[in-house]
Amino acid sequence: MASTLTRRIREAQAAGRKALIPYLPAGFPGLDEFWDAVAELDGAGADIIEIGVPFSDPVADGPTVEQAALESLARGVTLKWILEGLATRAGRLRAGIVLMGYLNPFLQYGMEAFARDAARAGVHGVIIPDLPHEEAADIRATLAASGLDLIPLVGLNTSPARLALYAKDATGFAYFVSVLGVTGERATLPQAVGARLAEAKRTFRVPLALGFGLKTPDQLAALGEGPDAVVFGSALITHLRAGGAPARFLEAWR
Amino acid sequence: MTTTPDAKGFFGEHGGSFLPPALVPVMDELVRAFTRYRDDPEFLREFDYYQRHFTGRPSPLYFCANLTRRLGGARIYLKREDLNHLGAHKVNNTVGQILLAKRMGKTRIIAETGAGQHGVATAATAALMGMQCTIHMGAEDIERQKLNVFRMEMMGARVVPAMSGQRTLKEAVDEALAAWIQDAQNTYYLLGSAVGPHPYPLMVRQFQSVIGREAREQILELEGRLPHTVIACVGGGSNAIGLFSAFLDDAGVAIQGVEPAGRGLTPGDHAATLTLGSPGVLHGFRSYLLQDEQGQPAPVYSISAGLDYPGVGPEHGHLKDIGRAQYVTASDADAVEAFFTLSRTEGIIPALESAHALAQAMRLAPTLPADAIILVNLSGRGDKDVAQIEQMLRAGEISIPA
Repeated sequence: MASTLTRRIREAQAAGRKALIPYLPAGFPGLDEFWDAVAELDGAGADIIEIGVPFSDPVADGPTVEQAALESLARGVTLKWILEGLATRAGRLRAGIVLMGYLNPFLQYGMEAFARDAARAGVHGVIIPDLPHEEAADIRATLAASGLDLIPLVGLNTSPARLALYAKDATGFAYFVSVLGVTGERATLPQAVGARLAEAKRTFRVPLALGFGLKTPDQLAALGEGPDAVVFGSALITHLRAGGAPARFLEAWR
Repeated sequence: MTTTPDAKGFFGEHGGSFLPPALVPVMDELVRAFTRYRDDPEFLREFDYYQRHFTGRPSPLYFCANLTRRLGGARIYLKREDLNHLGAHKVNNTVGQILLAKRMGKTRIIAETGAGQHGVATAATAALMGMQCTIHMGAEDIERQKLNVFRMEMMGARVVPAMSGQRTLKEAVDEALAAWIQDAQNTYYLLGSAVGPHPYPLMVRQFQSVIGREAREQILELEGRLPHTVIACVGGGSNAIGLFSAFLDDAGVAIQGVEPAGRGLTPGDHAATLTLGSPGVLHGFRSYLLQDEQGQPAPVYSISAGLDYPGVGPEHGHLKDIGRAQYVTASDADAVEAFFTLSRTEGIIPALESAHALAQAMRLAPTLPADAIILVNLSGRGDKDVAQIEQMLRAGEISIPA
């Protein structure tokens, strides 16, 4: 059976559009406001919602996401808080749920306990940017035993040999990082994205989501056939900070 | 018993490489370059040349006759890394890594720094080798170490303040890594301690191992026997691993690393990672880590800006696990006392970092017989700390020991 995450993306494509994956740091812009935003994004047609698990040293993230994560930590947001909040909403969200977070908080929670609690809370997959493929086998197996996908990240400088390696074990979808650098909005994406994306698309059986650096919908036009799904984080955070509504943000990308 | 890491850079349970995908090929390139040049005769010849003529090696091994008499026990020797050009052991590593960076075709060096010693050594070596240089430094540390910031700038480096979190070494590493990801093509990240993803801990050990190699030869020449104990301070652990590496196979030599107990061993008041930490992953490697129950790195503190890091080099984690090295602590007060004691008995002002190692030597010496030898790595000189000590004296936070 295809994973929920794969299914959500394929459903969007069947409807003639790219799947939309908003990213929101847990506990942003406030503890209650966060859950309201999740509900609103879900209602507005988000196909997958990616929830950021805050970490104090997010090496792959730019200033926008890092600042939001530090604010969430100051509000007391933990992995446990996120899972408990999701558990009370389990079955009420249509969107697939993915947690994105750095390795150490998961390790300290305990991988087996996490996989069990996350599955119970309605989580479908996990993205761990600082978990390289070489170290991922055990964790992937533990997550898979609870039905969770470990989403691989690939980048502009990922070699064809590595792409093939990652593709072999990928479930759910694969996350294509569109810039060499940290997360954050860019006015233009690097030239090479289109070609590398096409190469990755040929290599992976699972759908491909494009993220890091997306700012405006017209950036997608330049990518040709492009990705199966798009992730936006920093742009959504900036939108919410300016007082914008989550649903309004999604409309622009639909 | 040289502890050689496995192919993925693990020393036992610790080490490895835990990085976002954009850095994986970059690290692969670094591993290839280091593997290619680490035993290359031409590379080693050039490294040796700069060590002799730029750094001023070999550094002396100095017998502290006065301190030994005063403590009434073991004979205390200091490995004088404070006499290196730029005043600390850091230059051993910066010369080695920048020579490697040049061979890799890089034009720009970035580095993080805590106390500023690594930043100063990096800035100087980059100037020597004609490389552009950017140093990331916590805003708090910039305040504490103004003189070092000015020294870096004098040698042409740009110093960028890290403004997030506690604004010290951990944040400087975060921001240096982020800057590196943007331009890894042209930029070489010069890590200053025996931490970080593979191959950094191995590489830093190799370039710092000259400390132990010289010290072992020197003590055999001077005393005809090996020390009872070798001691070094441990923040990330580069000066310590440089000294320890030569003595790992000498089963009769006890090895002690000294961590900062700061104001006390309560959370947030120290940086005694091996003493009180638990295994975790930060900054691309697995080792002991001071962290809370949620896996967030804990706030750390030490009087010495070069020791307040919540992680520690993976090889130290391994040496602790297998029992080959013992890790103890010294407090701010212990370090200050050692700082003044060495200044007054020997006329040598030690760095506050090194003063932690000295404090342990002063504790240990009276418990040992007079023919035992303690060899302490005096990893840096204390000139950089003089202004801080003067301020603390004036504020009444410390006093000169009687």
